[in-house]
Amino acid sequence: MGVEQKLGNLGIVTTTMEQAVNWARTRALWPVLFGLACCAIEMMCAQDSDYDLSRFGMELMRASPRQADLMIVAGRVTRKMAPVLRRLYDQMPEPKWVLAMGDCASCGGVFNNYAVMQGVDEVVPVDVYVAGCPPRPEGLIHGIITLHDKIQKQKVKDWVK
Amino acid sequence: MDKNLETIVRAFEKEFGAQLDEHRGEIRLVVSPEHIVSACQLLHDQYDFKLLSALTAVDYWPQEDPRFHVIYELTSVSRNLRIGLRVPVPGIQPTLPTVTGVYGNANWRERELWDMFGIHIEGHPDLRRILMPRDWEGHPLRKDYPLGYEEPQFTFNLEEIDLRKPYAKE
Repeated sequence: MGVEQKLGNLGIVTTTMEQAVNWARTRALWPVLFGLACCAIEMMCAQDSDYDLSRFGMELMRASPRQADLMIVAGRVTRKMAPVLRRLYDQMPEPKWVLAMGDCASCGGVFNNYAVMQGVDEVVPVDVYVAGCPPRPEGLIHGIITLHDKIQKQKVKDWVK
Repeated sequence: MDKNLETIVRAFEKEFGAQLDEHRGEIRLVVSPEHIVSACQLLHDQYDFKLLSALTAVDYWPQEDPRFHVIYELTSVSRNLRIGLRVPVPGIQPTLPTVTGVYGNANWRERELWDMFGIHIEGHPDLRRILMPRDWEGHPLRKDYPLGYEEPQFTFNLEEIDLRKPYAKE
């Protein structure tokens, strides 16, 4: 019994280059570990067996930005942390995306003071904002699926900067 | 008051003219800035207060005139005693002598005092900011430091604030 019997007669699938590449990018979106506060706990929850982010090919949280495509900023970013965040972002290879998880990363949240960045979009370009304080794992997964949609709609001209 | 503490308080009243401030069994002695090093030295050497458990400050602006109160919390582990020293420091060019010669861990705490309150510590070996970024201006825990950083966005002013928000382009 060979592999051709298992595969069946699938024939040929035609698609565009754009769609094929975008599909490949969404199905292996490796996030960089960037848990800064309580949102990180929900991010860990999204990884566990109940919510299981590995369904989307995201089971690998990379500790190095050089191996990651997506930066999930989970938590408030202080002014002292902002240069570090930017540096990690600059070290990520293209293509790369940023997801601001929770109110603090999106707009400063309850920390309207001198020490905390009022939204991480002052330092890095954000693709998807997830509301909630902290957002439940479903919220994070919804944000990731929204990002998948966004990537799926990218054109060839967007690939090259 | 504890017998052991009472002898210390009496000695301090005689030696440094310290004022006693007792609140719910906690003993505080108000000492003037020029006496603080010798007061710490005396407590450390003679009364066995080997641990500086806290060094912090309070800003009483604008209610009180010596604006800052610097608080040294000392603990004697061997004798199970605690005592606090309060030093009033005026607001214009506040300076204090360092106690790093007596308590080594005062180094970082005094850096925090400088960072947060702008109290200059004379004779400190390495007086830099400790919590805030190096190029920070002002001292955030002072009462006259502006509290908020940014106006919150509501539906009525969302677009107006959005226009002047510094978004990162790339």
